[in-house]
Amino acid sequence: MTVTIYIPGDSGAVALGADDVAQAIVGEAQKRGADIKLVRNGSRGLYWLEPMLEVATDGGRIAYGPVSVGDVSALFDAEFLSGGAHALSLGNPEDIPFLKNQTRLTFARCGIVDPVSLEDYEAHDGLKGLRNAVSMAASDIVQTVTDSGLRGRGGAGFPTGIKWKTVLDEAGPQKYIVCNADEGDSGTFADRMIMEGDPFVLIEGMAIAGLATAATKGYIYLRSEYPDAIRIMNAAIGIAREKGVLGASVLGSGKAFDIEVRVGAGAYVCGEETSLLNSLEGKRGVVRAKPPLPAHKGFLGRPTVINNVISLASVPVILDKGADYYRDFGMGRSRGTIPIQIAGNVKHGGLYETAFGLTLGEIVDEIGGGTATGREVKAVQVGGPLGAYFPRELFDTPFDYEAFAGKDGLIGHAGIVVFDETADMMKQARFAFEFCAIESCGKCTPCRIGAVRGAETVEKIMQGIDREKNLELVADLCNTMKFGSLCALGGFTPYPVMSALTHFPDDFRKNPYLQAAE
Amino acid sequence: MRLIQETDFGTPASRSEKTVMLTIDGFEVTVPEGTSVMRASQEVGISVPKLCATDMVDAFGSCRLCVVEIEGRNGTPSSCTTPVADGMVVHTQTGKLKDIRRGVMELYISDHPLDCLTCAANGDCELQDMAGAVGLRDVRYGYEGDNHVVARNSDQPNMRWMPKDESNPYFTYDPSKCIVCSRCVRACEEVQGTFALTIEGRGFDSRVSPGMHEDFLSSECVSCGACVQACPTATLTEKSVIEIGQPEHSVVTTCAYCGVGCSFKAEMRGEELVRMVPYKDGKANRGHSCVKGRFAYGYANHQDRILNPMIRDTIDEPWREVSWDEALSFTTNKLKKLQKDHGKNSIGVITSSRCTNEETYLVQKLTRAVFGNNNTDTCARVCHSPTGYGLGQAFGTSAGTQDFDSVEHTDVVIVIGANPTDGHPVFGSRLKKRLREGAQLIVIDPRRIDLVRSPHIKAAHHLPLRPGTNVAVLTALAHVIVTEGLMDEAFIRERCDWDEFQDYAEFAADERHSPEATEQLTGVPAEELRKAARLFAKGGNGAIYYGLGITEHSQGSTAVMALANLAMMTGNIGRKGVGVNPLRGQNNVQGSCDMGSFPHELPGYRHVKLPEVRAIFESLWGVEIDSEPGLRIPNMLDAAVDGTFKGIYIQGEDILQSDPDTHHVAAGLAAMECVVVHDLFLNETANYAHVFLPGSTFLEKDGTFTNAERRINRVRKVMSPKNGYADWEITQLLANAMGGNWSYSHPSEIMAEIAATTPSFANVTYDLLEEKGSIQWPCNEAHPDGSPIMHVDGFVRGKGKFIVTEYVATDERTGPRFPLLLTTGRILSQYNVGAQTRRTANVAWHEEDRLEIHPHDAEQRGIRDGDFVRLASRAGETSLRALITDRVAPGVVYTTFHHPGTQANVITTDYSDWATNCPEYKVTAVQVTPSNGPTEWQVEYDAQAKQSRRIVHAEPAE
Repeated sequence: MTVTIYIPGDSGAVALGADDVAQAIVGEAQKRGADIKLVRNGSRGLYWLEPMLEVATDGGRIAYGPVSVGDVSALFDAEFLSGGAHALSLGNPEDIPFLKNQTRLTFARCGIVDPVSLEDYEAHDGLKGLRNAVSMAASDIVQTVTDSGLRGRGGAGFPTGIKWKTVLDEAGPQKYIVCNADEGDSGTFADRMIMEGDPFVLIEGMAIAGLATAATKGYIYLRSEYPDAIRIMNAAIGIAREKGVLGASVLGSGKAFDIEVRVGAGAYVCGEETSLLNSLEGKRGVVRAKPPLPAHKGFLGRPTVINNVISLASVPVILDKGADYYRDFGMGRSRGTIPIQIAGNVKHGGLYETAFGLTLGEIVDEIGGGTATGREVKAVQVGGPLGAYFPRELFDTPFDYEAFAGKDGLIGHAGIVVFDETADMMKQARFAFEFCAIESCGKCTPCRIGAVRGAETVEKIMQGIDREKNLELVADLCNTMKFGSLCALGGFTPYPVMSALTHFPDDFRKNPYLQAAE
Repeated sequence: MRLIQETDFGTPASRSEKTVMLTIDGFEVTVPEGTSVMRASQEVGISVPKLCATDMVDAFGSCRLCVVEIEGRNGTPSSCTTPVADGMVVHTQTGKLKDIRRGVMELYISDHPLDCLTCAANGDCELQDMAGAVGLRDVRYGYEGDNHVVARNSDQPNMRWMPKDESNPYFTYDPSKCIVCSRCVRACEEVQGTFALTIEGRGFDSRVSPGMHEDFLSSECVSCGACVQACPTATLTEKSVIEIGQPEHSVVTTCAYCGVGCSFKAEMRGEELVRMVPYKDGKANRGHSCVKGRFAYGYANHQDRILNPMIRDTIDEPWREVSWDEALSFTTNKLKKLQKDHGKNSIGVITSSRCTNEETYLVQKLTRAVFGNNNTDTCARVCHSPTGYGLGQAFGTSAGTQDFDSVEHTDVVIVIGANPTDGHPVFGSRLKKRLREGAQLIVIDPRRIDLVRSPHIKAAHHLPLRPGTNVAVLTALAHVIVTEGLMDEAFIRERCDWDEFQDYAEFAADERHSPEATEQLTGVPAEELRKAARLFAKGGNGAIYYGLGITEHSQGSTAVMALANLAMMTGNIGRKGVGVNPLRGQNNVQGSCDMGSFPHELPGYRHVKLPEVRAIFESLWGVEIDSEPGLRIPNMLDAAVDGTFKGIYIQGEDILQSDPDTHHVAAGLAAMECVVVHDLFLNETANYAHVFLPGSTFLEKDGTFTNAERRINRVRKVMSPKNGYADWEITQLLANAMGGNWSYSHPSEIMAEIAATTPSFANVTYDLLEEKGSIQWPCNEAHPDGSPIMHVDGFVRGKGKFIVTEYVATDERTGPRFPLLLTTGRILSQYNVGAQTRRTANVAWHEEDRLEIHPHDAEQRGIRDGDFVRLASRAGETSLRALITDRVAPGVVYTTFHHPGTQANVITTDYSDWATNCPEYKVTAVQVTPSNGPTEWQVEYDAQAKQSRRIVHAEPAE
């Protein structure tokens, strides 16, 4: 009997050796005459256990990990093909607490299915949302999404349904759905995981968006740094087109929708929606002033829905199970689930999808298990390189858009990066300016010049030059950048800087000579 | 006298008719919907600080100085990008805003040189103004940080620093002063439409770059000056401002180059011209300019300019400088003797399309009232005389139907026989702007002109016809419209003569006019022509713009009528966005025609044989006017060769270079006994002259020009005439020396006489021009404010007239000896015979005429790019260097006629329009062969010109 083995093709797992392990297993199986079928699935998101392979046994799946090439022979010896005991055995992966305690709505299939099998996708509840949508009026789809409370997962948290309604209400011969897959924030990987592990859910979400707004063409703006995601998305789009999920008549509805992947050229700022649109049009990736909003004048001047990957991938389950089902998760005005990406100096790094409302402390200490180095957690940067640093004193903040804003922070794309006590927050502040200087599009003055002057001024503080005056200057600069910048790149750079200054003032007042000696 | 400072509203005006009311700093403001908060503020005099916003281009939102607070809204939005909304309450000055603005200015100045006192923009720098406006007192970052300002940071070369680019002859680019506001880039894109500039790099690396990091001169830049005008600092600065300093007063005047008639502010220091800046209230150009009007005025001070009168008995003698009195009495004696010996009709005049209406009026009056004949003609003879005739026949007025603003409302444009981006650049830019907004374009031209395909512009159809087949192509378009039932029957029935239309329709519908039948002849693919016809007929507002490619043919007048037919049958006359629009070659072609320059017409296009018209002038002038039309230019030359025409006064025209068949012109001039040339320079015609009267430039006199849209624009004197007199004064001196007894003391008195005698000018006065800025004729009782668009409620002639347009091939045909067709045109940087532009730094772009030839034809003849070639027709031959390009079709060659050394008109023939004698410049059968250099004719001509231009200067008085 053929035994199915799942080894993630997810580039995170591959970076940890999954390809080599897969090759070794195929070789060893041949040598031993074992009849296996290898599936390169997505990752379950438990990265400290990757490469984590799973064997389909009569008693369900049994996981082993982290597996290295050197373990392969021993795994065969231990008869892992029938779930045999081995030191690396993790048992049923769904019983691993990190996974078991999650609420997987968006990532329900990720790590389970063969990413490029539409049959597998459908066998795991795929296309149900789209089938429902096909029989609904556009305005009813929009209403459902609005009622679900879904907000933009790219970081801004704008209600998705309202954005869609604006586009639906715009007249015009051509409208577009643009998926923002330019996932540039350090410490984030949810978009990549879903595109590599369950691409059809994004395709389904975009098709629903198309039906909801009368847009017939979708683009996925995918960063060039994700070659595997580009390959898998393109393969899945090809299959979807072949099977009538995309094309002139979506699932036989008579309504057209098709998708094209466009690859970015490596600019962080092109994750900002208006720069993205310029880049997509073949122009320099500079920010456009708003208004006009992309919903009114977006791609090629046409009404355009531009949503993050996770926002769109969360739509199918809403259309499948209903707005209430989704809305019943979460807290306050943050409804549904959020895939938190735990990274940095942390013991259990990975993706954790859960309803809004866990405290930062629960996420870092209980789920993440503290630092990988075993030292004390000093700070957590939430929301990417432009997010604020949270000290332990603020670990009671619940994961919720408004709660984080209330603490001068943001949840952004829900990436959190953990730092231990050796981190120098003054260097982190300088880094924030440097990052902004490197990635600035150069259009607006506060960002273009401000970032450079900010890095220089922190450098002066490091050298002990006019420390208090320069600290005041940094604060003034942050005010100018926060309120004066054209987009969030310059506008949010003050978050890491000011949070570092506010919560870790001592780091900015060290003796420069001692510092140099370190 | 003061410097005219136009208000910069920051963003363009909204065209919405719906208004909204809002409150700004406590003031209630009502503005059109779509207006920016910044513009609304400026409307009530509240200037929100700004650097990247200027009302010539769309809002950009990059400088972040113009932030405001709006009640009920989050954050601090930029006022330039935020549209007004009803009930909005805006605050432009709050503590929070002040902090942001000061913070932004502190950043700007931390990367800017502190050389204000020695900077060319000192006193005219928006960065300086804003630093003051926001109260910047300190740059706490210091000046030692990363910057673009200094060539070396301490001991290291500063890799960010870029040296000044001085490659453009007229302006410099100093990257160290650039604040990266993108105004220049946007002006190049939105106003000029060339897309030569961009921002290279990103973040702090961002720099303005012509093309791919080229210098300005090597880039695609066309030197229109829009970027310089847009620059808020000294980054892009006129070299003249760097040399002279800031102007202290300015005067609004009108460009003396092409028929667009752009308004400029002549910015002055005393009598020294500092720079010409396009005037935003100028209704022809709306604040834009081209390289000629903006920069190419240096000829006014060129060393070649002649400032003293000169005479000689024979043309092989050197010139003698003499006093005005001596020159005038010399001339008068000669002319009077000629009339005595050979009759009053033995002399005549040529008026100039470059001089003012008033001057032209006086020149024709000179021959009619003083010489006693109608021997007056003008250079319009050789360019747009078929327009006057053709449109006069069809519509009843000899002029274009629209104003230039009309193009903003057009949906489909036919450009035929015109090359606006070179010949009429400012109109070209306005057209391109409309095309970028979505209007469609049909180009009918043998050459692939820039409009066919250039950045962000693509013609829907290009019909590359064989030169000489305009009428066949236009009739084929009519054939498609008629046979496919695409005409606007309601319009035709209401506005035109229905019977005449039916005759015309029957004619056009004949199978021999079908695109399929004419394809062989015209070279235009039938299917493409059909598509173009359908697009024009049904694509919305259809407008036709044409140039000399229509008129300068043996069937020039027929082609003009064919255009009128097309417009009438599709209902495209009498409102915004439509019409038949001649693009006039020179500044005052329209005006010189209006002023009675033609031998058969008195001012206002009224035939001399009409006694009631003659009576108007006879009673005013106190003379009898000859009822017989006088001689046209070609007839004058023929008569001269025959010995019956002996003397001529030529004001501001160089017929030897500009008129066809140079040998014949030279022979005619050589046969005359008194040739009086009144010009700025010893032009080619002056080689055959006996009297030279030095002229004045457009900067040195008052008057009016009438542009292609019938717009009468004021020309204002900004400096004293270097030659002593304005041209109208010189004509008056000559008239009085001949016994004219004129007493005009100012051109406004001449205009009063024009208004009194010419119905279409009845209400025109200098006072009204002062009040309105400009007026489009007709301006009279019926149209007291002038007429932007003509034939609104009905045609001037009553019913629009359809005229049958049978194609008759020109006699100029290719054959074994002359297998190629030569056509001619203009290039952007040069102007006509080049007398002005060749005497400016514009030669940097075009230092010689080149022969464009298709690679196929070049290959067959063994010609390489840049080789000298001999260009021969049955009329003559010349030589010039080849430019191999597929812009021209195989079988067609093309050149310009800007340089006398080339003498392209040695080649052109004496064929001309059947109705008006307008020469057939656009079709000459030629052969091209490799050559070693100038032809014998060119060598002889050069020697003759040198000999003829010798001057014996007057002895200084002791």
